[in-house]
Amino acid sequence: MKQSKKRFLNNLITYGMVVIAFIICQVMVQNGSMSRSFKGQLVPICVYIVMAVSLNLTVGISGELSLGHAGFMSIGAFSGIVASTWLLNSFNMENTVVRLILSMVFGGVMAGVAGVLIGIPVLRLRGDYLAIVTLAFGEIIRNVLNCLYFSVDGRKIYVSFNDPDLPGKIFVNGPAGATGIAKIATFTMGFVLVLFALFVVLNLINSRTGRAIMATRDNRIAAESVGIAVTKYKMIAFVVAAVLAGMAGALYGLNASTTVASKFKFDTSILVLVFVVLGGIGNIRGSVIAATLLTVLPEMLRAFADYRMLVYAVVLILVMLATNNPFLKNLANSIFHREKQQKKEGEAA
Amino acid sequence: MITFLSHLVNGLSLGSVYAIIALGYSMVYGIAKMLNFAHGDVIMVGGYICFCATQYWGMSPLLGVLLSIVVCTVLGVVIEGLAYKPLRQATSLAVLITAIGVSYFLQNIAQIIWGANPKSFPSVVSIPSIFLFDGQMVISGETMVTVLANIVIMIALTLFTNKTKMGKAMRVVSEDRGAAELMGINVNFTISLTFAIGSALAAVAGVLLCSSYPVLQPTTGSMPGIKAFTAAVFGGIGSIPGALIGGLLLGVIEILGKAYVSTELSDALVFAVLIVVLLVKPTGLLGKAVHEKV
Repeated sequence: MKQSKKRFLNNLITYGMVVIAFIICQVMVQNGSMSRSFKGQLVPICVYIVMAVSLNLTVGISGELSLGHAGFMSIGAFSGIVASTWLLNSFNMENTVVRLILSMVFGGVMAGVAGVLIGIPVLRLRGDYLAIVTLAFGEIIRNVLNCLYFSVDGRKIYVSFNDPDLPGKIFVNGPAGATGIAKIATFTMGFVLVLFALFVVLNLINSRTGRAIMATRDNRIAAESVGIAVTKYKMIAFVVAAVLAGMAGALYGLNASTTVASKFKFDTSILVLVFVVLGGIGNIRGSVIAATLLTVLPEMLRAFADYRMLVYAVVLILVMLATNNPFLKNLANSIFHREKQQKKEGEAA
Repeated sequence: MITFLSHLVNGLSLGSVYAIIALGYSMVYGIAKMLNFAHGDVIMVGGYICFCATQYWGMSPLLGVLLSIVVCTVLGVVIEGLAYKPLRQATSLAVLITAIGVSYFLQNIAQIIWGANPKSFPSVVSIPSIFLFDGQMVISGETMVTVLANIVIMIALTLFTNKTKMGKAMRVVSEDRGAAELMGINVNFTISLTFAIGSALAAVAGVLLCSSYPVLQPTTGSMPGIKAFTAAVFGGIGSIPGALIGGLLLGVIEILGKAYVSTELSDALVFAVLIVVLLVKPTGLLGKAVHEKV
């Protein structure tokens, strides 16, 4: 009882943090105190938060290192772009909010299908081999999307693979990517998506399914021996993460007028993994904070101009060294846990 | 038939470069149990050092190669000492992220020093090409040197790990670090030595890669790095003949895929083959299966 209350409070803090950040940003946008470049970062921040939260489900909760998360994002992005253009041209759907939601759902579904197809072979492997295969799938997805062509001719749409000769106006043009896309993503929708992702992941973790997933992570053999279907639960985590990444990808794709498949290369998967590790593996709130700070950090380092990515790299290395330094770790423990210890000692006495 | 043969030779040449890079990856992984993502960027640094030595400082190509080997060896040991050694006890993910940080660091420092514009790398090989079948098939000097360098390196490393005391120490540390320490082996020194050898190989690979594909830019090393790692896993990570076979197969598949399937999809083909191999044989072609104790 006490534990569930504590968990509820913890989740409430996470939601509250996001809501307050959203309100502050909205106020700043309204009274014009936010710089243009920062305003442009608002939707990407939401996208990366959702990416980090979903990857944390795979890496932290399910315990499988995935290096191809950007692959699901790109599937979502291109599915979302296709869906949005199709809805606009074939059904004259002018309402951008409905169109955006439908596109995100479609992006999520397509990424989920890919998640199932990839999960079947991937989840048979373990450890670093699993990681390298997710990397391989991420690269394959990027290469395949590089050969995707999509066009709209009146009310008809055409999708082809490796064949650029399509009638009508071409929207997705192979390696040149998607161009002329209506920018319909908004910060509010991004905020809603973040809340949705948090709701799904936090509820999943605190459910019977979530406990089964964590049990398979902590000890596969023990979990198997008490009758948990290991592959099934790993699959659930993997596919849910893929669906969320696909929805984030759709939002990302509809936030710019041009999108190329090479945007979602290996580096992007790694970037999201960095958010997850720096935020704390398995710690959802940490992922949200790390994704926000690290997306904003290069903007804040603009003063360093050419050196900003260098500073970013140095910060990354130093943070990893500091958080893993035994001396600093003990120091942090002794500061943060002193109160608890005193309390315990008091109870014992 | 002759076109096929020349594609095959090109594939072997590219595969030899992959094999040399894969060796460095494989040895470091085997001993330190970490994915050293900065390895690909050491290749790039090796290429730039050789470029500067021959173009700006007027050294002969051979001297340039030697200089780049020395610089990369030092660089590898320094990276290991500053960034990886403090993390010996940390989780593998923490080390992985640090390696990624080092990789970003090297790429950005290269961009600041040498600029983002690609440089055209002059080949260090001055051997003339061989013309076979009345000139229908050309084997370039670069190809011959690359394949030859690969063979020499493989033999030397196999002898080193099997015959010398240091080589034995390396194998012991990769098998059981704790036991090696108990037997009086200096684990830290052995790991540093592995990084030194791996980085020296990366320098050689960088020069050979840039001689055959003469575009040098700060991101030159990252894709070959990833592919070489794939090759190492493909052949069974931690095994020297595995790295050789994995690298050669990967190079041949890539070039043949480019020639006969599609230029855009050749990378996808390479990774698809890797996935199939890992599904059939989860520890790679020559990897040893480790049984799980309950």
